[in-house]
Amino acid sequence: MSGKKEKQMLEIKGLHASVEGTEILKGLDLEVGKGEVHAIMGPNGSGKSTLANVLAGREEYQVDSGTVKYNGLDLLELAADERACEGIFMAFQYPVSIPGISNAYFLRSALNALRRYRDESEIDAVDFLDLVRSKMELVGMDQKLLQRAVNDGFSGGEKKRNEILQMAVLEPKLAILDETDSGLDIDALRVVAEGVNVLRREDRTFIIVTHYQRLLDYIVPDRVHVLSGGRIVRSGDKDLALELEKEGYSWLEADDAKAGSGA
Amino acid sequence: MSEKDDLKELADREYEFGFVTDVESDSLPPGLDETTIQEISRLKCEPEWLLEFRLKAYRHWITMTDPSWAKVKRNTIDYQQIIYYSAPKAKKSIDSLDEVDPELLETFEKLGISLDEQKRLSGVAVDAVFDSVSVVTTFSDKLADLGIIFGSFSDAVNKHPELVRKYLGSVVPYTDNFFAALNAAVFSDGSFCYIPAGVQCPMELSTYFRINAAGTGQFERTLIVAEERSTVSYLEGCTAPMRDENQLHAAVVELVALEEATIKYSTIQNWYPGDSEGVGGIYNFVTKRGMCKGDRSKISWTQVETGSAVTWKYPSCVLLGDESVGEFYSVALTNNMQQADTGTKMVHIGKRTTSTIISKGISAGRGQNTYRGLVDVKKGAVGARNFSQCDSMLLGDRCGAHTFPYIEVRNPTAKVEHEATTSKIGEDQIFYCNQRGISTEDAVSMIVNGFCKEVFSELPMEFAVEAQKLLAVSLEGSVG
Repeated sequence: MSGKKEKQMLEIKGLHASVEGTEILKGLDLEVGKGEVHAIMGPNGSGKSTLANVLAGREEYQVDSGTVKYNGLDLLELAADERACEGIFMAFQYPVSIPGISNAYFLRSALNALRRYRDESEIDAVDFLDLVRSKMELVGMDQKLLQRAVNDGFSGGEKKRNEILQMAVLEPKLAILDETDSGLDIDALRVVAEGVNVLRREDRTFIIVTHYQRLLDYIVPDRVHVLSGGRIVRSGDKDLALELEKEGYSWLEADDAKAGSGA
Repeated sequence: MSEKDDLKELADREYEFGFVTDVESDSLPPGLDETTIQEISRLKCEPEWLLEFRLKAYRHWITMTDPSWAKVKRNTIDYQQIIYYSAPKAKKSIDSLDEVDPELLETFEKLGISLDEQKRLSGVAVDAVFDSVSVVTTFSDKLADLGIIFGSFSDAVNKHPELVRKYLGSVVPYTDNFFAALNAAVFSDGSFCYIPAGVQCPMELSTYFRINAAGTGQFERTLIVAEERSTVSYLEGCTAPMRDENQLHAAVVELVALEEATIKYSTIQNWYPGDSEGVGGIYNFVTKRGMCKGDRSKISWTQVETGSAVTWKYPSCVLLGDESVGEFYSVALTNNMQQADTGTKMVHIGKRTTSTIISKGISAGRGQNTYRGLVDVKKGAVGARNFSQCDSMLLGDRCGAHTFPYIEVRNPTAKVEHEATTSKIGEDQIFYCNQRGISTEDAVSMIVNGFCKEVFSELPMEFAVEAQKLLAVSLEGSVG
């Protein structure tokens, strides 16, 4: 199928990764096509966040072996900021604050870093303000947050919405949402999900890392993968998420045991 | 390979003001005794009383010992090896810019200080001090229309001796400390500024100090007097060439604010810091003090200290007038082998006097940064209030931050608050920026700028931008 190759955006093969000497990912394989929305689910400690952070290039996460191809590039060769410039965006589970730096300044610096990387001219303050205002409307965010310091004193919901705003402005090719739903009440969850939905495009890929199914009520995935023990143990369509919601994750251990004894 | 190139590039870019200007200069031979002082005084055509002042200071100085209590390591200074007077050769006395040596104008141009009044759109009057003398002052005629005196100290001595004589040494007496005594004996030039009663100075007054000649010390003296209900904002900047020896800069700054007057004094200090191994660089040992003499007067110090091998200074306020206000906003950055021991003294004497201290210390490389401050509330200072906040940020694990707050309260109605924090620049913050496409170097510079925001917001607008850039340059290569 030559068409499939054309559509391929991310190809992970045999990925082993560790944090502080403990192996977390143990031979993970995953393929994600352009414009698709994939959900990565799994119990706590299964390696979901590790996968997100490895893809984003966080230094504390050591890749021991395996390959990651992203749009034909060897992703593991790139530094975190280069990956961002190549269109990878991670919405953080715990966005950090940067006291004294306004959200607007931060976001313009980020956008201009990306533009410089692409040999485009930098955006000036006036054009930027127009752009960011339209994006704020798009994701339903209060304009007042623009002049406040980055995530400083933001509520949990505001922080997550700020991540979505950044995504809207930076227009990534691959967006990774690392447990963006955690700690959100149902209204905030809906706002975040709606923000993601308006940003869905056929040339934008999403990887949604989540523990719970409820986010997937609003963002309907093309594929759902279950991560357990550092590997993808099951993949399916959106119904798999519903099944997990009903059954929980305990069957995984039973499956593991079965796989162990059956081998 | 590429990493090596990067490092080399950084090393080359370290200090961009390190060039030397080739001008002929008149210098005294190195060394210091009464003849040297008489010679300085003669060269400057000074009145007898000033020579007397110098000699008294000198005779006091020789009884004193070089102090060593600061938390810094430095070489012993051989005071007989220093050249105490060096001036670019002037053909005659200078009346207009056209007569200034083009080489000198070019030097200041290179430093980003345009002395060409016609081309200057920003409202800043500049007094340019090159080695021991003031070479030119811009806008002084325009200021004179308002009765404002702004120009070189030497000029003021000749044209306004009564003012200089009244206030010289009134805030920092020559007996104050070793370096103040030395300065009083040998000071060569500096700026003098007088704002008459009720006048709001319409532009920023600025002095730019440049050390050029080798082996010289710079001993400038600045005196600012703000009469009743007047206001002035003053800024000083400084640079020096790169040299392997340590050069001494021992200045004295005196501010006098009379009733309801406001003086805002900002410093952007970028003397040569020495190389990455700590060879060379300026010893910046400065005494700065302001006297809030009148009721409801206000003195505000803002300093951004990024240069010098060793910085040792405590811009202070004596709050004599009732309800007078003292402020100190400081950013001190030490990278490589730089050391800073800086802070302030707030002396509350008048009733209901208030002071604010905001200090931000940033240590990188093997830099050592010390905040040392005194809040001294005297017996009569009913209802005095102080708020101090000292924050330190560490970049890397070979640098140090130290805080020595001294608090002395002799009035029970006083309220004194002190807050201090120390933080390491967060890997999390850097990664967050990286993940948005921002390089590590830009991220560090951004995070540090955010950390310093409260201080930068006190600087006049155009200098705030300069300070941010300076900070970014000074931080280069500080994160691996």
